[in-house]
Amino acid sequence: MPVQCSNCVQRRAVLKRPKTGHSLCKDCFFWAFEEEIHQTIMSAGLLNRGETVAIGASGGKDSTVLAHVMKVLNERYDYGLNLLLLSVDEGITGYRDDSLETVKRNQQQYELPLKIVSYEELYGWTMDAIVKQVGLKNNCTFCGVFRRQALDRGAMMLKVDKICTGHNADDVAETVLMNVLRGDIARLRRCTAISTASDGEGAIPRCKPLKYAYEKEIVLYAYFKKLDYFSTECIYSPNAYRGHARAFLKDLESIRPSSIIDVIHSGETLSIKEGVKMPVQGTCSRCGYISSQALCKSCVLLEGLNRGLPKLGIGKHHRLHGKILAQEPLTEQEEKKLKPVDF
Amino acid sequence: MCEVEGDYNGLECNQKIPVPTLNRKCMKCKEGAAVLIIRVNDAFCRACFKEYFIHKFRAMLGKNRVIFPQEKGLSREAPKKLRFMPGIIYIDDGGACGRSAEERQRSNALLKSIFTETGFPYFIVSLEQVFSLPASVLVPGTSDPDPSNLSYKQAVDQYVKEKQTLTEENVASAVAQLSMGDSAYSPEHKLALERLFSSLKTLTAKEDMLQTLRQHLILHIARENGYSKVMMGDSCSRLAVRLLSNIALGRGAALASDTGFSDPRYGDVVIVRPMRDYSSKEIAFYSRMFNVPSVIISGLDTKTHDKASIQRLTESFVTNLQSDFPSTVSTIYRTSEKLHTVMPPQSQSAEPASKCLLCLCTLDTKEDKASAFHATLVSEQLSQIKLQDLSLDAPGQSAEQCCTEGQGCGPGGCCSSNR
Repeated sequence: MPVQCSNCVQRRAVLKRPKTGHSLCKDCFFWAFEEEIHQTIMSAGLLNRGETVAIGASGGKDSTVLAHVMKVLNERYDYGLNLLLLSVDEGITGYRDDSLETVKRNQQQYELPLKIVSYEELYGWTMDAIVKQVGLKNNCTFCGVFRRQALDRGAMMLKVDKICTGHNADDVAETVLMNVLRGDIARLRRCTAISTASDGEGAIPRCKPLKYAYEKEIVLYAYFKKLDYFSTECIYSPNAYRGHARAFLKDLESIRPSSIIDVIHSGETLSIKEGVKMPVQGTCSRCGYISSQALCKSCVLLEGLNRGLPKLGIGKHHRLHGKILAQEPLTEQEEKKLKPVDF
Repeated sequence: MCEVEGDYNGLECNQKIPVPTLNRKCMKCKEGAAVLIIRVNDAFCRACFKEYFIHKFRAMLGKNRVIFPQEKGLSREAPKKLRFMPGIIYIDDGGACGRSAEERQRSNALLKSIFTETGFPYFIVSLEQVFSLPASVLVPGTSDPDPSNLSYKQAVDQYVKEKQTLTEENVASAVAQLSMGDSAYSPEHKLALERLFSSLKTLTAKEDMLQTLRQHLILHIARENGYSKVMMGDSCSRLAVRLLSNIALGRGAALASDTGFSDPRYGDVVIVRPMRDYSSKEIAFYSRMFNVPSVIISGLDTKTHDKASIQRLTESFVTNLQSDFPSTVSTIYRTSEKLHTVMPPQSQSAEPASKCLLCLCTLDTKEDKASAFHATLVSEQLSQIKLQDLSLDAPGQSAEQCCTEGQGCGPGGCCSSNR
């Protein structure tokens, strides 16, 4: 017996919502999905009228859906935003160059201006070159740190007021789990925030409008709307620690679909004891970017790469920051620790 | 060791990995032959291990100053003796786990003999007795507050206020007489328990409910017999699993009370967990080497597959991760140490914040505008039909909600399906 849509009751249901288990018809699903994002934006006060907003676009499903929905909501509810696409080229052959083509097509489809910044021009290193030096184990750290700064620098070049990224509920839940497993209290407290704090100076605030949208629903939305997106995994990702958290989360979801939101809820409601040492925000003495140490992470990583000591950024080496700043050579024992591991 | 920004592979942290040899020396006394290795590389001989184990227990109690090792008035030179009188409580949950009456009799008898040997007063209580608690609320199927709910809370509050006059020193003297506890239960209670558990569809919910009922019963027995502290035997590994599964269940606000050293939420009775520093490996070795008598009793999740429940999944996840990254459990343990419960202090003057009826933690359902809870409510609303105008042939509920600015839904469908 065909199931009717639980919303409009008139049409036949074509899918079951992963988030709540209700059966919905296509249009009601689109409507519910878009409306939820609208509610998220409104209740968190993420965007204001007249702002220029850069959408971090990688060509993958999250950013494509984000770009699409932002455009739709901007028109439907008259947010009055000036939207544009910002994309980062990490220099991963076979992955990033293909997805960049998708972004260029998105630019035409959604009629939004596009800017691409690349690691090559910003840092002088592509991810392929980095992986050759670092190996396959810790390269995600480099990519993530560099990308964050690349997005900020690109946004500053375009003079935008806010950045929107396509992080979905699964991403945030994975991050909460990962931070518990790694014991990262500082990040644990901040990772469930829907937008980064916007102090007067420094970085441009960024927000996650898709924070409460399930990855499965994003895929369904993109599929039913026939959106154009690039769907391959990064070739370097299989060895990342996040993979463990992701596998765990996927299993949790299969047992109880609401656990993704439950994890986010736990992350939001847990509280840290006072007196736990927290990093204080300052600026990097070399590039002026925000940092909690004397040198920001990307300066440290870059220094390590340029000197042929790729493990410089991996591990606790802030005692060496002073030496790096002063351009002193490191002692032989220190150098030995930082060389790449030979297998 | 392997902290946040450190290498994830524990082995890489040591510059030189000592090659395990057959005759390693104990790392403490340097002369005895090592009989076991705990953590990554610490070898101990038998005597040193026993000393280490017991020392850790004492240090845990002393450091946290919750249980007073010295009574008032006694000289400080007698710190070695643990100056409190313990009782033992065992909850027979065979009714919930589906074990037969004979099995339960058998294990109860075994336990009785072990307990009698220790010389402490003991209580063997069956889970069915949770239904005979004062104005008990745990009736199967009820989820909304009943009048009986409120009276239970009031009774508990009353009890809490009464017992607050009991001071710490009275504990030692208020030891109950050697009673076996009432392990008999009436058939209605048995049926009620079975119905309760069969009404819960998922194993996750069953385990959760079992935990809650057990807590209530332990609490009640402790109160009834004048105990102000309850010690639980949760090890580090078990607590790490519990921390993660509570996060997955959404109990972030209560994490610190569920897994911390002391759990003050019940008012007069404090739950402490002195074993939380021991990994299950240490406990197993100790138990084996020093012949600690134990009874193996199957629980709800024995012999179930990995994905039967959230708790079971978390357990296998942590265990597997631990084998690749040996610092996993200790890192999770340290994370739990840094959390604290959002509990109002036990001040009689302040108005108590509303608490959950089942777990007695402060409610975390304050509907903050931008939160996961709010998002869940919104999703529920949006996916279901509202009791408004149903006669429209446009998708969505009412026209006002769907199309703003009076665009109206044209024959081609609603604006949401345009792109």
